[in-house]
Amino acid sequence: MSFLKIQNAVKQFGGLRAVDDVTFSLQRGETVGLLGPNGSGKTTLINLVSGALPATSGVVSLDGLRLTGLRRDKIARAGVARTFQLVRILPSLTLTENVKIAAVFGRNAHWGTAADQVAQDALAKVGLLDRAKLPASELTYIDQKRLELARALAAEPDVLLLDEWLAGLNPTELAEGVALIRQLQGGGLTILMVEHIIDAVRALCPRVVVMNSGKLIADGPTDGVLSDPAVVAAYLGEETDA
Amino acid sequence: MTRFILPLIALGALAFLPGFVSEYGLGLLIGVVTYVTLASGWALFSGQTHYISLATAAFYGVGAYSVAVLNEALPYGLVLLCAGLIGAVMALIVGLSTLRLQGVYFVIFSFGLAELVRQLITWYEVNVTGTLGRYIFVDVTARGIYWQMLALGAATIALTAWMQRARIGMALRVIGDDEAVAAHSGINLARAKLVAFVLSAVILTLAGAITSPRYVYVEPAIVFNPTVSFLAVIMALLGGANRLWGPALGAVPLFLAFEWLSIHFPDTYPIFLGLLFIGVVFILPDGVLAGIDKLRARSKGKGTS
Repeated sequence: MSFLKIQNAVKQFGGLRAVDDVTFSLQRGETVGLLGPNGSGKTTLINLVSGALPATSGVVSLDGLRLTGLRRDKIARAGVARTFQLVRILPSLTLTENVKIAAVFGRNAHWGTAADQVAQDALAKVGLLDRAKLPASELTYIDQKRLELARALAAEPDVLLLDEWLAGLNPTELAEGVALIRQLQGGGLTILMVEHIIDAVRALCPRVVVMNSGKLIADGPTDGVLSDPAVVAAYLGEETDA
Repeated sequence: MTRFILPLIALGALAFLPGFVSEYGLGLLIGVVTYVTLASGWALFSGQTHYISLATAAFYGVGAYSVAVLNEALPYGLVLLCAGLIGAVMALIVGLSTLRLQGVYFVIFSFGLAELVRQLITWYEVNVTGTLGRYIFVDVTARGIYWQMLALGAATIALTAWMQRARIGMALRVIGDDEAVAAHSGINLARAKLVAFVLSAVILTLAGAITSPRYVYVEPAIVFNPTVSFLAVIMALLGGANRLWGPALGAVPLFLAFEWLSIHFPDTYPIFLGLLFIGVVFILPDGVLAGIDKLRARSKGKGTS
């Protein structure tokens, strides 16, 4: 029984088909890596799922609920949380407030001490609880990324969309990041993650889907897909016989 | 508890003030309270969301004009009620069509709105009613106007205080920082912005309505004066537009300063207005209150190191 279903999704920007008839689905609790070279349409697909962009055609549904055509806030309240490729924090708010908003305006509409508790738990999960009262503008890049993840978790989502959440981290931070995402797995959370770092993908995703020029070119167990000639060609260019 | 008691005591004292001042002093008091109300009402929407509205004069003028048109047909209380309703409906229509605009586009639109309303009313008066100016004869004393405006100003600050603690206030602050994050966190952007814009507009409209009998004679060029819009912005920014008491703190000294300048330098005083605008934006972009906080943090840092 598929949980998050993407059916024949198309996004057209003028003459460019950024997402071209993409179909795949995720089981509840599954972690799937979304791979592809730069410009292959991965972030656009994430934007179609989270409602940041309207789909030209096709349907995204979550547990039978049609998400396509819903406003961003409704999709969020349906249980879809996301991070952004370019980190987006709320600089004038404290860490607690940054995270609390997802608890307050998310599906469970917490308020008062309940909302504070959810925010605290989310900050504790990403290791930022000791700085909860600082303004978010004072955080380093990796900590801003953690904060973004904490905000997504405070929404208590069913589906987590991570858009290159591990990009730009140094090796130590990367190991921490991978460990953090691994903690989230197994709790029934369904994760779709755009990622370029193959080691991280191997460590976290049993299954990957690969896009190239807007099209889905592979979908299957990670090891098999990564050695698929079509996938290798998409990343490294076609081999030509002389 | 002091949070409630101190403002209530101050409000009580302010209510008795007219008994101790001259006619001119009362006029000053009305002006001060009017601008405290305008700046606070403006900040209720713009201070948190950072949607800088220059439409204050549009709502203020509509309030004054509503009284000018209705004051002979309806009892005064009903006139105020109608003015508030007209402001709300106008804000609803304007908000629905423009709160999607961001940044400078919204600023320009809001500025244009005041001009548009002024021109529409001028056209209507000239072509339909055949007269440009109107007289307002309402049975209300200067003291009455002062007390009404004081009540409106107190209500505005109380409403702001409540909103800052409520979900709507939190939503507005998130919108002010990043709309995309707000939407993806589950905030209904359109609703939050519209609610705040309409509340703010009703306050600004009522301020125009309450103060209108002071004009006695109104015409569009008088009540749709863009200076009102600019003053509300600069006062709120000076004190701190996202603070509860910020707009009030900016409005009191600035109103008195402009009053003094316009008496002593009637021809050159717009220059001071411009200089002040520039000064506030350069020196205190977040307002006096934030500046004080920063200084305090700095001296604290020095003390511990």
